[in-house]
Amino acid sequence: MTRYLLRRLAGAALVLLALSVLVYALFYVVPGDPARLACGERCNPAQIAQVRARLGLEDGVLTQYLHFLQGVVAGRSHSTGTALVPCDAPCLGLSYQTGQQVTALILERLPATASLALGALVVWLLVGVGTGLLSALRRGGPTERILTVLTLAGTGTPVFVLGLLLLMAVCAHLQWLPFPTYVPLGEDPEQWAWNMLLPWLTLGLFESAKYARLTRSSVLETLADDHIRTFRAYGAAERTLVTRHALRGAVPPVVAVSAVDLGSMFGGAVLTESLFGIPGLGRTLIDGVRQVDLPVVVGVTLVMGAFVVLAGVLADLLHAAADRRVVLT
Amino acid sequence: MTPTADPRTTGHAPAGRPLVEVRDLTVEFDTADGTVRAVDRLSLTLDAGRALALVGESGSGKSTVAAALLGLHRGTGARVTGTVLVDGTDPAAAPPAVLRRLRGGLAAMVFQDPLSALDPYLAIGDQIAEVHRLHHPVSRRAARARAVEVLDRVGIPDAARRARSRPHEFSGGMRQRALLAMALACDPRVVVADEPTTALDVTVQAQILDLLHELRHETGTALLLVTHDVGVAAESADEVLVMRGGREVERGPVGRVLAAPAAPYTRRLLDAVPRLDGPVRPPAPPEGEPLLEAVGLRKEFGRGRSAVTAVTDASLTLRAGETLGLVGESGSGKTTLGRMLVRLLDPTGGELRYRGEEIGRLDERRLRPFRRELQLVFQDPASSLNPRRTIGDSIAEFVPRGTGGAGTRARVRDLLDRVGLDPDRLDAYPHEFSGGQRQRVGIARALAAEPRVIVCDEPVSALDVTTQAQVTALLCDLQAELGLGLVFIAHDLAVVRRVSDRVAVMRAGRIVEQGTVAEVYDTPADPYTRSLLAAVPALDPVLAAERRARRARHPELAGI
Amino acid sequence: MTAVTDAPAPVAGTPATGAARQVWRRLRTRPAALVSAAVLLLLIVLAAAAPLLAALTGQDPYAYHDELVDSARGGVPHGAFGGASADHWLGVEPGTGRDLFVRLLYGARISLLVAVGATALQILIGLVVGLAAGLGNRWVDGLLGRVTDVLVALPMLVLAVALTAVVPRDFPRPLLLILVIGLLGWAGTSRIVRAQTLVLKNLDHVSAARLAGSGRRRTARRELLPALAAPVLTYAAILVPTNIVVEASLSFLGVGVTPPTPSWGQMLSTAQTWFRADPAYVLLPAGSLFVTVLASTVLGDAVRTALDPREASRLRVGTAKETAR
Repeated sequence: MTRYLLRRLAGAALVLLALSVLVYALFYVVPGDPARLACGERCNPAQIAQVRARLGLEDGVLTQYLHFLQGVVAGRSHSTGTALVPCDAPCLGLSYQTGQQVTALILERLPATASLALGALVVWLLVGVGTGLLSALRRGGPTERILTVLTLAGTGTPVFVLGLLLLMAVCAHLQWLPFPTYVPLGEDPEQWAWNMLLPWLTLGLFESAKYARLTRSSVLETLADDHIRTFRAYGAAERTLVTRHALRGAVPPVVAVSAVDLGSMFGGAVLTESLFGIPGLGRTLIDGVRQVDLPVVVGVTLVMGAFVVLAGVLADLLHAAADRRVVLT
Repeated sequence: MTPTADPRTTGHAPAGRPLVEVRDLTVEFDTADGTVRAVDRLSLTLDAGRALALVGESGSGKSTVAAALLGLHRGTGARVTGTVLVDGTDPAAAPPAVLRRLRGGLAAMVFQDPLSALDPYLAIGDQIAEVHRLHHPVSRRAARARAVEVLDRVGIPDAARRARSRPHEFSGGMRQRALLAMALACDPRVVVADEPTTALDVTVQAQILDLLHELRHETGTALLLVTHDVGVAAESADEVLVMRGGREVERGPVGRVLAAPAAPYTRRLLDAVPRLDGPVRPPAPPEGEPLLEAVGLRKEFGRGRSAVTAVTDASLTLRAGETLGLVGESGSGKTTLGRMLVRLLDPTGGELRYRGEEIGRLDERRLRPFRRELQLVFQDPASSLNPRRTIGDSIAEFVPRGTGGAGTRARVRDLLDRVGLDPDRLDAYPHEFSGGQRQRVGIARALAAEPRVIVCDEPVSALDVTTQAQVTALLCDLQAELGLGLVFIAHDLAVVRRVSDRVAVMRAGRIVEQGTVAEVYDTPADPYTRSLLAAVPALDPVLAAERRARRARHPELAGI
Repeated sequence: MTAVTDAPAPVAGTPATGAARQVWRRLRTRPAALVSAAVLLLLIVLAAAAPLLAALTGQDPYAYHDELVDSARGGVPHGAFGGASADHWLGVEPGTGRDLFVRLLYGARISLLVAVGATALQILIGLVVGLAAGLGNRWVDGLLGRVTDVLVALPMLVLAVALTAVVPRDFPRPLLLILVIGLLGWAGTSRIVRAQTLVLKNLDHVSAARLAGSGRRRTARRELLPALAAPVLTYAAILVPTNIVVEASLSFLGVGVTPPTPSWGQMLSTAQTWFRADPAYVLLPAGSLFVTVLASTVLGDAVRTALDPREASRLRVGTAKETAR
């Protein structure tokens, strides 16, 4: 078990290393000049050169990359032109645009993203799994038909379309909710919840379609298994067969897929965050890309990658916990 | 074989009426290819405390009858007509609550594949407790205690602890015991066992059949045993009903039917069953040069600490015109050894010589000249033929090149004719053939390569017994005619005895005994060989009872 | 419920020639699948005939019609339903007055072109990588496995955003989108191909081919590829709607095709500022996207179920990671 974990974590570290190389290589060919962007409109060439030196852009890409790695592992210090700013490990560098530490920036933006993802998790576990279970219980009946159509419709709706439609219906037409603006949890928990409600519903309902199908198909697949026949032959009622035996078959896949989804959402749900103006990691990344802010892009991408990779490990562990037959090797 | 009196004969069935009564049962299914009549006007009765075996080959409808006793066809779209009464209850018409009481409470089913028949996520004790509570209004704790009790009764050692294990932590035999315990936990009046030992090794099968016998006599439960194996029926039943194509062929006391079958089909079936006392091959041909020689062959899978040794120190010699039988139970390494002999697997160690030349370590390119000379007939004729290609195409690939298109086709026709198939069917696809026919195609394909050695890996174990007899006969003919060296791998000792000149017995990766058929079967030297032989079901119920008694006196023979 | 019978079962494992007919036979009985196929066919025809239809209606997708929008109200189209009229069947774009019907048609061209092109690229790369990993030795398999892991760990949408931002402006955008989505999105295909190959190569009929003295390449071509066709085609059917959504998402984020070329995602992006004043402008591209994705999902599902009912649910899980949110 410990060996397995160590091996998986070492593998995860390698994947992240490869990812950082890739992202660095990618942005090295960026045509825009970060120094010019960071300096502003009215900079003269001398000032730009100064900024370039300060940002360390004079060095070759390899040197920059090695400095970056050093920062992540051991910390480093950055020159602001006049003084050296220490940056403790894990240091992901300073933003070209604002000079803020990227690690701090990510920590600042993570709560918004995390609260979006966790809220959505609740929605899809309730709505998605519930729908799937209900349609498996009522298979062959009108309820199942309606649920199937709804689920299909959900599958056919991209998340930003769903969000836009919800905005139109709930905020503009029915005026049940104000247009969401992000309020941090620490500032006003009640306002935070009200404003997050629509993003949660959007992302959660969007994912629910997938979970409904996953749950339904896992339950039905298990219902076709031989051991269900055994309990049927021993007089168990159909409802018991679904809720006690077949639902159990749906737990491992739902848990594993949820872990993976949550991992990638912790890295930012770019579209949902863009649509609702949530200052999360996804938004940060898109802004970083637009402004050619290399440290921000590399930092956020790596953190996102780390979440995805760790979620993969977690998914396998949970899957093994939920299904004892799975052997971790 | 006198059953003890049933202490509970005063059931719901009116006095004088049998416990199970089936009259003119007909079951029909709609399939894509039209309506299939699985059971056709079948009648049977089973009295309390008695045992009836339904014997038939695949497609005979025997399992369908068993399912009808529990009303398992309800809701599947099957059309069931005729009367079925189990202790006065009609499973086809009973209201749901009554049906649920019948299932398990009156008639308990023991299914074939014990791994898939148990819920993989739940502890075995909990599953038994759950089923017990369906029929007895007791507390959870009491149900658990009952589960441990029945597990102990069916011979699970340390039952209190093992009740917490999940099915995958049990061996095949223990799982089957657990299924019996589940049936026991409900106190049913009749146990319906559908091929309860088919997935098991022969030594384990003997244990389970003995247990079944014991339980039946202890509790006075009736038994309906569904099996394809006449030997199993002889071991366990008072009466047999032979089925074919959904109909009754013959019915009667087991001793009478097996000793003096009235129906021609029963006679054919019994003739096809390989016996330990049946005829053997004529004496082996004169010894020639060794064709294939294995010396200390070894195979490991995986590497490092997770390495598993599948075969170790296997040495054998095969001469032209000779058949070497290779017997062993599942996991004995016989298939691995067979595949090494034709170099589908690379030996980890040891030597493999073909006509004096070392081929065990040749790479694929240098092996190519030898490839066609060493052929394999696979166990599963369905997966060994590419479903997307015609059988003619599959066979033609093995015909040596340079024969030319028309020549190849003529050769394929020739081969099909030789293995007893219609040569005009060479453009048909594998799914258009029956299992036995497909195995003939597999043999034709092996022959197409003009080999000197054919390794047959369980070539008949997926086939019905009458088909088995035909295919083994074909192999023997071909071998005699072509002077092939044949390695015949099987788990069935009687089949191996029928076809082999010499026999090697494998256990846990080793060859424990090797010798002529007479030596191994008549004077086995190794205790494992003796226990294997003791476990083979006898076709004579009197003999079966004797042997059961002997097994009970000498548990060390069966317990290995 | 499993059939409790040992009666002769309908045969399993059908040859290629029979498979197509069998799929068709099963599809024919599913009205939803037929309707979806018809919708997609209509959409393809409409998209292909977009220039023709533009000429027919006399509208140009790029022509501004300032007179059709109310500059006093910030550019909301005159009239009901987003300014729908005999000339402009589905109304005009707020702000610019460009004809929406024609722009939607041109948007469909981009959507379908990018989705199909990217799917083809994903399948091609996935097939090559998956086969190499499945048939290669431990090292090849290990290396390709790690590469696939990296690809899966990449936030695809984000990297696509980054890549499209990096590449020079004059590079043809639809081609760029195909390349980006194709090059980043083949991991699922390669995993499925590898898994299938690992199963297939141990099947007896593939072993049998070795006994005939066939080389590795011949075995792959004759025994493996035909058997891979069904799962790969099935997977492709899931990838198309996914890729439609990815293209729309990139355009929504402003890094898809460059304006003024019309695209559904881009319209929805603009619509964010208009949905209160001109709901029709949201509903038209949203509806188009919805119908297209839904129809291709339903059809893909139906084809998959027709090919292999049991495989269907397993593949569905495999696609879980590839949704854009």
